[in-house]
Amino acid sequence: MLLRFLTLGLLAGLSMSQVLAAPNGASLYGRNCASCHGANGNGGIGVPLALPSFQASISDDYLRKTIVLGRPGRVMPAFASLSKDEVEAIVRHMRSWANEPVATYSSQPVKGDPSHGKQLFGQYCASCHGANGEGAKGTGVTFSRPRDLPIMAPALNNSGFLASATDAMIKATLMKGRQGTPMVSFLTQGLKEKDINDIVSYVRSFEKKALINNASAAQQERPVIVRDSPYDLQTTVENVKRAVNSNNFFHGRVQTLEYGMSKPEAENPNQVIVYFCNISQLNQALSMDPRVGLFLPCRITIVEHKGKVQVMSLNPAALSGLFNNVEVDQLCKTLKENYITILEEATL
Amino acid sequence: MRRLNKWMLALIMAWFMATPAAADGLLMARVGKAFPEAMTLLQSAISSRGYTITRLQQVNENLERRDFKSDMYRVVYFGKLEEVKQISAQQPELIPFLPLNITIFAEGEQTILVSSHPKTLHQFFPDPALKPIFVRWEKDITAIMDEMRGE
Repeated sequence: MLLRFLTLGLLAGLSMSQVLAAPNGASLYGRNCASCHGANGNGGIGVPLALPSFQASISDDYLRKTIVLGRPGRVMPAFASLSKDEVEAIVRHMRSWANEPVATYSSQPVKGDPSHGKQLFGQYCASCHGANGEGAKGTGVTFSRPRDLPIMAPALNNSGFLASATDAMIKATLMKGRQGTPMVSFLTQGLKEKDINDIVSYVRSFEKKALINNASAAQQERPVIVRDSPYDLQTTVENVKRAVNSNNFFHGRVQTLEYGMSKPEAENPNQVIVYFCNISQLNQALSMDPRVGLFLPCRITIVEHKGKVQVMSLNPAALSGLFNNVEVDQLCKTLKENYITILEEATL
Repeated sequence: MRRLNKWMLALIMAWFMATPAAADGLLMARVGKAFPEAMTLLQSAISSRGYTITRLQQVNENLERRDFKSDMYRVVYFGKLEEVKQISAQQPELIPFLPLNITIFAEGEQTILVSSHPKTLHQFFPDPALKPIFVRWEKDITAIMDEMRGE
């Protein structure tokens, strides 16, 4: 009986401590959102959340669902680990930037003609949002790179967007536009309300198209690409340098793993790293997503362990899921092929 | 005894439910300081946790040499010799992930830091003996990000 009381007391204490420690929206925003959206919601990698026209046109529910579901393949992660109270606290913090009453929208579908909507979409929307609603390129780019606008045209075919935005919200955005962004009111462009309904019904039809699940593909990849070398360590190092150069890269530093952590004479000579790069590819990668610095510079490790020489590199395709960026997924596949070619040439 | 076990199980489950789950994706932080100051603070935050900074990869300089525009951009590598020795002997396939690194780049008058979650390495290398090291790295890099954020 005593044990039961003690246990109940502990459980009650745990619940009480959670109630008392109400989530701090500003702190949660700073930890989870500010790196992309800016400390004051003025944007960066992500949408400028404090933009008055953005605040005026989105509902709280749109924000909640966006935080929970993210935008698969478009950088914004799904914050599945946040509790409902934490999400609410972040939404309340974001709303501290709103100057006007918060919009609410009906969840009723808008009826329209999707085939006519498709025609109008091609004419009025595709130049910014992509022919199939895939959004503007360079979604992960920050102001650290040349960039013209504070906001990227969102991917309207994204499952996270479609689950977060109601038809009524999409319609309101088309009718009113968003001041301070290239999104104009399409009523001022000569469209009628019926035309806008048709575009909304076409955008909603994107839900029926199958979405590629890149995350599951990445999970099947091994984290490291390894090849056995029939050569001794030093010959393999030279082979790697040659293979790097013959594959349109240039090799840079060659150092041991323990470089910088130990006196040079004490470093383990059996763990050698060859760094290499292709500056044009580097520029292209950073133009897609500046966070890919995690992979920089390219490197191949040559290890002699228990009498066996192996060459290895991390497998970019196994790690691409971390970035939640479809453009980076493609880059990582290419990089993986480059690594395999170099490893195989070096151990031929 | 069976009843006791049931209550203990309930208690453990309640504890797990009360513990906040960790975030997914990448570890990121926005620092409200310009790049040079943030870079100095980052090196200090890393060193104060017992790590040796082994190298600073200059990325923007390499881009600029080829006339590509970029703001300040570095990759900071760091490690602890004994940990690196132990882990590379135990699991050589972890070497491509070593030393640890944090990417740092300017965004106007602010600075952004990015790192991967070391705990994700446990999914790739499930050896229980390695887990305490991954957990320690996760804790340290999270603390570095928090310190840089001013928390």
